Amino acid sequence: MSFLTLRGVTASYGASQALFGIDLDIAEGEVVALMGRNGMGKTTTVKAICRMLPAGGTITFDGKDLTRLPSHAAARLGIGLVPEGRRCFRDLTVWENLIAAHRPGAWDWQAVTRLFPRLAERRDQRAATLSGGEQQMLAVGRALMTNPRLLILDEATEGLAPLIRAEIWDAIARLKADTAMSILVIDKSLKELRQVADCAVLVARGRTVWTGAMADLDAETSAAHVGV
Amino acid sequence: MSREGIVNAVLLVGFVAVAAWAHFAGEPFTITLATRAAIFALAAVGLNFALGLGGLVSLGHAVFFGIGGYAMGILAFHAQNYTPLMEWPFAIPGTKVMPIIWLTAIVTAALAALVIGLLSLRTSGVYFIMITLAFGQMFFYFAISWSAYGGEDGLSIYIRNGFPGLNTLVPIQFFGICFVLLCAVLWFVSRMERSPFGLMLNAARQVPHRVETVGLDPQRAKLVAFVISGAITALAGALFADLNRFVSPTMFSWQTSGEIMIFVILGGVARLCGPVAGAALFVALEHWLGDLSDYWHIYLGLLLLLIVLFLRGGIVGFLAGRARAHD
Repeated sequence: MSFLTLRGVTASYGASQALFGIDLDIAEGEVVALMGRNGMGKTTTVKAICRMLPAGGTITFDGKDLTRLPSHAAARLGIGLVPEGRRCFRDLTVWENLIAAHRPGAWDWQAVTRLFPRLAERRDQRAATLSGGEQQMLAVGRALMTNPRLLILDEATEGLAPLIRAEIWDAIARLKADTAMSILVIDKSLKELRQVADCAVLVARGRTVWTGAMADLDAETSAAHVGV
Repeated sequence: MSREGIVNAVLLVGFVAVAAWAHFAGEPFTITLATRAAIFALAAVGLNFALGLGGLVSLGHAVFFGIGGYAMGILAFHAQNYTPLMEWPFAIPGTKVMPIIWLTAIVTAALAALVIGLLSLRTSGVYFIMITLAFGQMFFYFAISWSAYGGEDGLSIYIRNGFPGLNTLVPIQFFGICFVLLCAVLWFVSRMERSPFGLMLNAARQVPHRVETVGLDPQRAKLVAFVISGAITALAGALFADLNRFVSPTMFSWQTSGEIMIFVILGGVARLCGPVAGAALFVALEHWLGDLSDYWHIYLGLLLLLIVLFLRGGIVGFLAGRARAHD
């Protein structure tokens, strides 16, 4: 049963159209990888889901039509976004970043710092002074604090040191194992995606070009559309 | 305690010390000055909530100050004349009881702030400043033409309103009321600043769209801040009218809005006790420089210029160092 459904989704930045027809399904508890080359519409798709861009076509989440909702309402329905480039609240401390975002549910300060113990060590440090990896953990933690039912990770491991990347991937794997959350991951490393994702959706030039189980994604298809 | 905490404590203890000294030295006028400063501080704490936390540059806070003033004036006017405020559909008598007056001021101003905020918050930047200013002028001219309550001449209230258990005519006791209210509101504001709502508002001021991804509607948060802000300033207005035992349209004037903003900027925008420092300095200058020259505002202007150019964090910023970035 599909939890998030996109059908023929279109979106544009002003006069230039970026999405021409995205189809995507995520079932409850499923991890889906959204893949494609740079500039093919991955982040734009995320923006359309999170209502940061006006979109055409249909987007339904848990049976509700998202297309007419403002961004904050989509978040309140249970869509947690870890945006590209982390985008923490720079002038708030780690603690403040997290409690400011908190909505009732299982995810609280204890749960998030269990996932990322390093955040507890940096409790009173301003987000702007954290390292890139710590900011990324904070961005993931902040999205979790909203107790989402769908977590979207947009390039969560980009530009990080290998050890930190491993830590982030490990956290995603633990989220998959321990929670019923649906997860949409955008990333460039096929190897890790293959380990964690159940399904894959490949986009090219603003269209969905391939959908299927991760195990069925052959090297030829991925080379053609993702480049690896 | 942080450095800012120490500065805040010194400021508040200073208020008490000045009032206590004046009381024992038999200088009631100094107590009145301290009371005036505490009330101005309270009005500016209200504005600072919208300006510092929400980034809302309101040049119309005289509306709320005036509403507070007229809430006191109208209720006390009817009480001293033994006439009901209204008879139909039910009779409402006037009152000389301060807490009821305060509550009336707060509720009325909150409703006005809700309406003004709903309309003004559709705009931002210079348009927001202009639209709040326009609301201020509307209230000002309405008060001038409201002949039932004195019109341009305002309303005189012969005896200061009462507070159960206290004699408000004794300067130190009235100062005590104003100062305790100021401290209570400062405590409330400091709690709000550290609450999830306050933190989000702070984040929304800097990056409005980013808070939406965690489910906050920045417009609604700003509206709530504007309403709280207006209610605080109205409480100060009610006290100010009681201090002078007089209320006039001047309380609604744009100069009043400007002065409230000057208190905030002098003391430090977005600093908890910035308005306290600013209002205290303003009242002191008004008193001392006012003795020297009728044109003392020239010196105030110069000081404001220097602070804006060289002390971006105002007095509190200068004493306590830079806090969080506030652009």
